[in-house]
Amino acid sequence: MPTNNFVESSFWNFDTLFQPQQHPARDSHDTFFLKVPEVTQSLPENYLEHVKTIHEVGGHESIGYGYDWKREEAEKNLLRTHTTAVSSRMLYALAQGKFSPKKYFSIDRVFRNEAVDRTHLAEFHQIEGLICDRGLTLGDLMGVLNEFFQRLGMKKLRFKPAYNPYTEPSMEIFSYFDMFNKWVEVGNSGMIRPEVLRPMGMPKDVSVIAWGLSLERPTMILYGIDNIRDLFGHKVDLKMIESNPICRLGRQV
Amino acid sequence: MPTISVGRDLLFKALGRSYTDEEFDEVCFEFGIELDDVTTEKAIIRKEKHINEEVEDDEEIIYKIEIPANRYDLLCLEGLARALRIFKCIEPVPEFQVSKVPPASMIKIQVKPKTSMIRPFVVCAVLRGVALDQARYNSFIDLQDKLHQNLCRRRTLVAIGTHDLDTLEGPFTYEALPPSEIKFVPLKETKEFTAEDLMEKYKADLKLKKFLHILEGSPVHPVIFDSKRRVLSWPPIINGAHSAITLDTRNIFIECTATDLTKAKIVLNTMVTMFSEYCTNKFEVEPVEVISANGLSAVYPDLTCRKMEVSLSYISSALGVTLGVSEVTGLLNRMQLPATKGDNIEGSDPTISVQVPPTRSDVLHPCDVMEDVGIGYGFNNIKQTTPKCVTQGRLLPLNEFSDSLRAEVAMAGFTEVVTWILGSFEENFDMVKRNSEKQKAVVVGNPRTSEFEVVRTSLLPGMLKTLGHNKDHPRPVKLFELSDVVILDPKKDVGARNERHLTALYCNANSGFEVIHGLVDRIMQVVGVKAVSVGDNTGYFIQPSEEPVFFPGRQANIICKGSQIGTFGIVHPEVLQNFLIPDPCSILEINIESLH
Repeated sequence: MPTNNFVESSFWNFDTLFQPQQHPARDSHDTFFLKVPEVTQSLPENYLEHVKTIHEVGGHESIGYGYDWKREEAEKNLLRTHTTAVSSRMLYALAQGKFSPKKYFSIDRVFRNEAVDRTHLAEFHQIEGLICDRGLTLGDLMGVLNEFFQRLGMKKLRFKPAYNPYTEPSMEIFSYFDMFNKWVEVGNSGMIRPEVLRPMGMPKDVSVIAWGLSLERPTMILYGIDNIRDLFGHKVDLKMIESNPICRLGRQV
Repeated sequence: MPTISVGRDLLFKALGRSYTDEEFDEVCFEFGIELDDVTTEKAIIRKEKHINEEVEDDEEIIYKIEIPANRYDLLCLEGLARALRIFKCIEPVPEFQVSKVPPASMIKIQVKPKTSMIRPFVVCAVLRGVALDQARYNSFIDLQDKLHQNLCRRRTLVAIGTHDLDTLEGPFTYEALPPSEIKFVPLKETKEFTAEDLMEKYKADLKLKKFLHILEGSPVHPVIFDSKRRVLSWPPIINGAHSAITLDTRNIFIECTATDLTKAKIVLNTMVTMFSEYCTNKFEVEPVEVISANGLSAVYPDLTCRKMEVSLSYISSALGVTLGVSEVTGLLNRMQLPATKGDNIEGSDPTISVQVPPTRSDVLHPCDVMEDVGIGYGFNNIKQTTPKCVTQGRLLPLNEFSDSLRAEVAMAGFTEVVTWILGSFEENFDMVKRNSEKQKAVVVGNPRTSEFEVVRTSLLPGMLKTLGHNKDHPRPVKLFELSDVVILDPKKDVGARNERHLTALYCNANSGFEVIHGLVDRIMQVVGVKAVSVGDNTGYFIQPSEEPVFFPGRQANIICKGSQIGTFGIVHPEVLQNFLIPDPCSILEINIESLH
């Protein structure tokens, strides 16, 4: 997916993903809102009306959120908080034409206005995957996740019910790490909600299964690094980059 | 995700059995919540006050449990324990009732017109014959706090006030008056203050000063009176001391004032469904009539269940399991969604009738019902399959090109680095003598520190910064980065675009200008662009440039097919000094999107 756009509008980053306008994540203390350019210049007007409706009163078998949706909120520009904003744009583009099954992925940078510490930064990378087809099931999602994580060297997975504004069901993905003797969360996943897909014009029988994980966290676990600044940024030790062996994760039988 | 703190022993008592930490962790995993931390009440206080003391054996163990952000029915011990008991089939879903009170004797609250200027809505309810002890009282206060923090958005959308009904006399009025005309004894005080005084006084109150902005500058403030003009509350700031709830309170009057009516109803429903289990008539709530300024009246709380018909095949096909009607209804009942066989026509698709109770405001669409069936069944019990669609995969052309180019630069002996995109104005412009470029940049509106002020328009500063932090690395240092910068662009819908750049640096006892020049030639060679003479637009040539970041006379622009695509040169000594780099270096920066 073409993720080379760090600057995004609240519309694509939040509203199209059925994240309500008073959601805590849209707080200025979690998101980098922009001074320049402060507001987005254009939005797809027809689609915007559908998004407004689904938030305010529902539709497509949903009761919506029942609040007054404000255009000014959607127009606020920000540094994207997740690459799911791009996924939303891709799904919208897909829904405008004749549908055929698609699989998308992206690996790129995202920005969070949170307190920084040893394991958290204001910018990091997300890996995202989506499959769009008719008749996909939750069983399919778990099967795909098993295949995916095996290639990262994680063979034992468990799934836990979770919550995201844009997926239902939502599942947190846990992998068993022998080195710690415990289950560690390695990712998040779910089936995209109809309130996201239907206003785009996606046919009713099309489902989208999606998953995401951060790039830094599993890398730190697998390479035994405990400070994220040792991994990337200007403080990284050049000797570490030069002497690190080729990556063979997931290739051992 | 919100976290609630519950006493472990109280929780186990409410669940009817004890668990080891591991067993309880497992229950949480199945249900979709997380046991985040096990601590003690005194440990929490010690942590807050930064004291180190010995652990005493008789300290109450506290469980900190993380719950999903959309489940307001799990925000207190009562709700969580009830949900788990229902999940474990120990008890059925409660049927909440509004008590049958003749309209004439129903408690009333009249809304006055001016409230629409500041806080238009109010909803109320009464809990009759409650029995409170210290634990229940604490839980009651904690729930209000949690709701205020989350759903109420720090009291801006909704504010909750709870009162001892026996200290008051209805009918009540909800009015908006100038702050100087609101006079009462607030909680924790003994003398009277006007709202005007309190706006000033609470500026020094750590907890309350955060809410003053909601009323700041408004000519009128909201206030609730009883028939004897006693102030119940001055929303959203504080309640009156007169009607304060104590452990002896038997009848509780709850009022929620709001700017969002939907949320006010959810908040009121949450308060009453959680605590009506302590009423004399368990799960029964007494209604209040709210008469709005235009004379229309509504009765709250609205505890009616919403009926949903969900198709069985929808549930089965979305989850990927084959389930029968009775199996599905059994699972839904465990998830607090009373369900029965749907009334559908013989021969057509079977449906499930779900009665969504007032505790489940998170259920918006049949997919929410479908998820709960999945949770009840156990996600990990679902058979894992593979999607049947066949698709062709490929990389985005720009990314494929970037990867190939990275490999070529690395093969020329350069080490790749990845640096921050956010930085300060100082580093990105002042320190590299590019003050005039500031207007091309994307600026952050709410940076916590200067480190997050601006989005980079060039990879150069990050590269120099990295070199500055690796001063002891053996020479020559050869680094590169191939990544995005951001430039303002009125032609893009958002007003800015990413641009893929490549930067490479050589640092040694000598400046290595010829090494960097050599890299430029090598890059153009692998991209397939011919070297041509100056002025020829069929290939590339270099031309002297005059950028302040480089040494005068030791820098050049790269012109490729008629446009300038990059620059390289020896870094100016002043710039080196700014980044604390002791040795000379040369650097290049190219916009590779123009090569792609």
